[in-house]
Amino acid sequence: MNLQHPLARTAVTTRTWPFLIDLSVAACGLAIFFAVVSTGRYWLSKPAPIVEISHSIGALPVYAFYSIVRIGIAYLLSLIFAIAYGYIAAYNPRIEPWMVAVLDILQSIPVLSFLPPVVLFMVALVPGHQLGIEMAVILLIFTGQVWNLAFSFYSSLKSIPREMIEASRIYRYSGWQRFWQLEMPYATIGLVWNSIVSVAGGWFALIACEISPFANYTYQLPGIGSYLQVATNSGDYKALMFGIGSVILIVVATDQLVWRPLIAWSDKFKFEQVESADRVSSPILALLRRSNLLSSLPSRCWSSIEEPIYRRLSRTPECRVVHPVDEERSNRPSFALYALAVAAIGIVGWGALQAVIMLKTVNWPDLKLLLEGAAATFLRVNAALLISAVWTVPVGVAIGLNPRLSRIVQPTAQVLASIPATAFFPIILIGLVKIGGGLGIGSIALMLLGTQWYILFNVIAGAMSIPSDLREVSSLFHFTRWQRWTKLILPGIFPYLITGMVTASGGAWNASVYAEYSHLKDSTLQTIGLGSEISSATDTGRFPIILLATIFISLMVVTMNRLVWRRLYRLAETRYKLEG
Amino acid sequence: MQEAVIPTPGQAPAPVPTVEAIIRAEHIEKYYAQPSENRIQVISSTDLSIVPGEILALLGPSGSGKSTMLRMLTGLSTPSAGQVYWHEKPIAESEINVSIVFQSFALFPWLTVLENVEAPLQARGVSPEERRERSMKMLDTVGLDGFEGAYPKELSGGMKQRVGFARALVVEPEVLFMDEPFSALDVLTAENLRSELLELWANKTMPTKAVFIVTHNIEEAVLLADRIIVLGRNPGHIRTDFKVQLAQPRDRKSEPFTNLVDYIYKVLTKPDTAPTDVPGHQHPEPKVRDQRQMHYQMLPHARPGGMAGLLELLLDKGGRDDIYRLANDLAFEIDDLLPIVDAAQLLGFLKIEEGDAAITPSGAEFANSEILRQKELFRDAAVGHVLLLRQIRRALESKSDHTVPEDFFLDMLDEQFSEEECLRQMETAVAWGRYAELFDFDAGRRRFVLPDVPEEEIDDSEDSE
Repeated sequence: MNLQHPLARTAVTTRTWPFLIDLSVAACGLAIFFAVVSTGRYWLSKPAPIVEISHSIGALPVYAFYSIVRIGIAYLLSLIFAIAYGYIAAYNPRIEPWMVAVLDILQSIPVLSFLPPVVLFMVALVPGHQLGIEMAVILLIFTGQVWNLAFSFYSSLKSIPREMIEASRIYRYSGWQRFWQLEMPYATIGLVWNSIVSVAGGWFALIACEISPFANYTYQLPGIGSYLQVATNSGDYKALMFGIGSVILIVVATDQLVWRPLIAWSDKFKFEQVESADRVSSPILALLRRSNLLSSLPSRCWSSIEEPIYRRLSRTPECRVVHPVDEERSNRPSFALYALAVAAIGIVGWGALQAVIMLKTVNWPDLKLLLEGAAATFLRVNAALLISAVWTVPVGVAIGLNPRLSRIVQPTAQVLASIPATAFFPIILIGLVKIGGGLGIGSIALMLLGTQWYILFNVIAGAMSIPSDLREVSSLFHFTRWQRWTKLILPGIFPYLITGMVTASGGAWNASVYAEYSHLKDSTLQTIGLGSEISSATDTGRFPIILLATIFISLMVVTMNRLVWRRLYRLAETRYKLEG
Repeated sequence: MQEAVIPTPGQAPAPVPTVEAIIRAEHIEKYYAQPSENRIQVISSTDLSIVPGEILALLGPSGSGKSTMLRMLTGLSTPSAGQVYWHEKPIAESEINVSIVFQSFALFPWLTVLENVEAPLQARGVSPEERRERSMKMLDTVGLDGFEGAYPKELSGGMKQRVGFARALVVEPEVLFMDEPFSALDVLTAENLRSELLELWANKTMPTKAVFIVTHNIEEAVLLADRIIVLGRNPGHIRTDFKVQLAQPRDRKSEPFTNLVDYIYKVLTKPDTAPTDVPGHQHPEPKVRDQRQMHYQMLPHARPGGMAGLLELLLDKGGRDDIYRLANDLAFEIDDLLPIVDAAQLLGFLKIEEGDAAITPSGAEFANSEILRQKELFRDAAVGHVLLLRQIRRALESKSDHTVPEDFFLDMLDEQFSEEECLRQMETAVAWGRYAELFDFDAGRRRFVLPDVPEEEIDDSEDSE
């Protein structure tokens, strides 16, 4: 199994657009935040319901079911939205730069830092019902999942070979036929891989959401996360073990029953001219294929629905002429569009201004604390990355260069990466308290737990992809160990390493909100950091701090992306790419 | 229209159609507007008609815009000026019935062969049973009976192109367009498919009324076509348009055949009188001494090694040879040979006279020298004749740190060439500059460097060529 799109994000690296667009996106973000927060503040008084969570083992399947349902709904919503967003962005050149800029920025921002205000907003929106909280959580997971799916779909659309587009035009395909026979199949592989990543991230976020209550606005979501939290709090370790076990079981089952068959099936959509040697096999898929019913039924159903559609579409005037590929919509935008744009700018401007006014209430000591926190979290995230890299690179390379070992370990590492680290937080926190260690080091450990697997399996994939003839050269000429590492191995795994580090970095920032501040029974563990600022500010209802801290996190992540990761990606694409 | 087999050279007659043209292009142009005053003209004002009953070949070297022309004639690309008519109605509004066979086959890898062929019929709302029947019949005609369930990645190149043909013909197009359909195939398969195409055409097995084939292979054009249009480039324009009166089947070795091919080579290698430029789109009249306002030559994409080889061959033949015969000896197609010939001509190493290549004294010296002397001669010729290389060298010498970024020159080339062509021009210039030891190029930092600079700057450069 090899990673086919390690650099799926890089299609955007060479764009150059004015700083203006970034600024506008930031302004919109501020305005939206202000809207969310003010609604929340207005409805502060309404209490949210508290549901009793039992920690008996019999209740576990039900809770697991709830969690799965939440993930499922969020994923479906993300998929549909992502396809629509990517489609609109790809085919509307005028708004394309904006949409891609939004994608880019939102992809990098750690979503979990928005949990507190979003929860408040949702609870306020649907007061007195459990529904509000459910919607909040689903919305949050959706926000975490949708952007990389959208980006994958968009970049697939942009990279469809020109002659296939021309064939679809000259033969007068309707938009429907083009979507189902050209665009979706072409995008499928990217979507499948990105779905795996998204759903893993979704589990991380979901369990974190279910675990953490806030001091004043307590809510309890029946689900695995809350089950784990309650089990830990009441000291029922047997239940805790069962809980963790069920999380692992769900992840492994999803991998075997859903992802692997999908990957094996999506091999059909690989755009290559010759059969490739290594293919993912899935016994489940083989089983499904053997069933006659399953193969004939869907196609018969599908064609009976399809045929009338095609017949009707072929008669539309749109399908009778050949549409030029370089269609220039030279029609001037209508007055309504101008009016809409002006109104939008006005509203966004006002909202942003209000948010800025709210920021003014932050006084210097608080600001100092925030800045210290920002520095602390920044150091922590990078320390976690460094520690991960230090152990995963040698281990990953050793495994990757050994084909038999890698065939076993690689898929396992991928599954490990999908297991949400947040499931282990409660027990680790207890352990930390017992040892007496503070959350300062503990938070690094928590970040490590969540993110080092990404680097590991990427490095393994990278080592597997070093061509054998280069390895032969290094042994023929008796390279010293130092030479082998600096001239062959490190450059070879460089693109994969960067991909792993970027994903890990995003995950670590995400985790910082939870890793740095936790409620444990009656006490509160916390340490200096941005994440803890956000959480504690939510506890005390100090919105300006939340806003400022969120701005800091977003700013730091986006800046790191632009200054460091983007450059490294470009280097990986140009100088360290193995095939010419 | 010319009646004789060998038309008098230099004539580009505007045909007066006696039969109504199926597709008629009137004064079509293609250009890209630049932010500055300049316009990059890809195709200059052209008139073209496709009449029923003939195979029309569009022949030209790369860069002459033949693919763009095909796309404008099929409605896939809108001309920047002028209009294309389908049966005398504007093509954008007509329900046209054409197909294209693509160079890279353009098959959908996730559909079986049968599904690929059925797809255009599905787009037209044909019922499943009729679709299947027509597609199976067409697959049988192209000789792929039995392969309906196969996926394209299981097929060889020739078979994939047959699927392309089946898909194109299943809709019974009025005009069949082909964009270099055989250039991705090996020689034998291409031969096979060519003769099958002629058979289908002769037996009137297809209801197609006209065939339009774009190619850069002169022999292929003469083998297949009833009428040949030769395009020149910079900007793309028709150089000549004549009928081929040889009877089918045509013999490659027969004298009329070889004469015709020779004539076409002559046309292609004759110095081109560019068509009258559209007024108002020249460089500004006041001639500025500033070198940056000067016109860049379009560098032919040939390597110094290729030129050296060609000159040595010429010298071997006594200093002069027919270009057609050269191409035959080397088994080169025009796309491979002409750039080398053009490059050698640009550098003053040979002269073209009436379809013959004659080596000049400097070319003879170049061919006779050993490697280091060759590099010197090349360097002198390059600096003397190629503006871009001269400028790069001068810029490097005048700067104190002796490096210049690539973008500086790309910006200037951008005024004259399309983005893609700019990059290719730069690649060729870098190859020539490196060979001539005029400068070196640091691909990592995208900068030109002078070659006699301290060690660390040379060590940094990775060669990506």
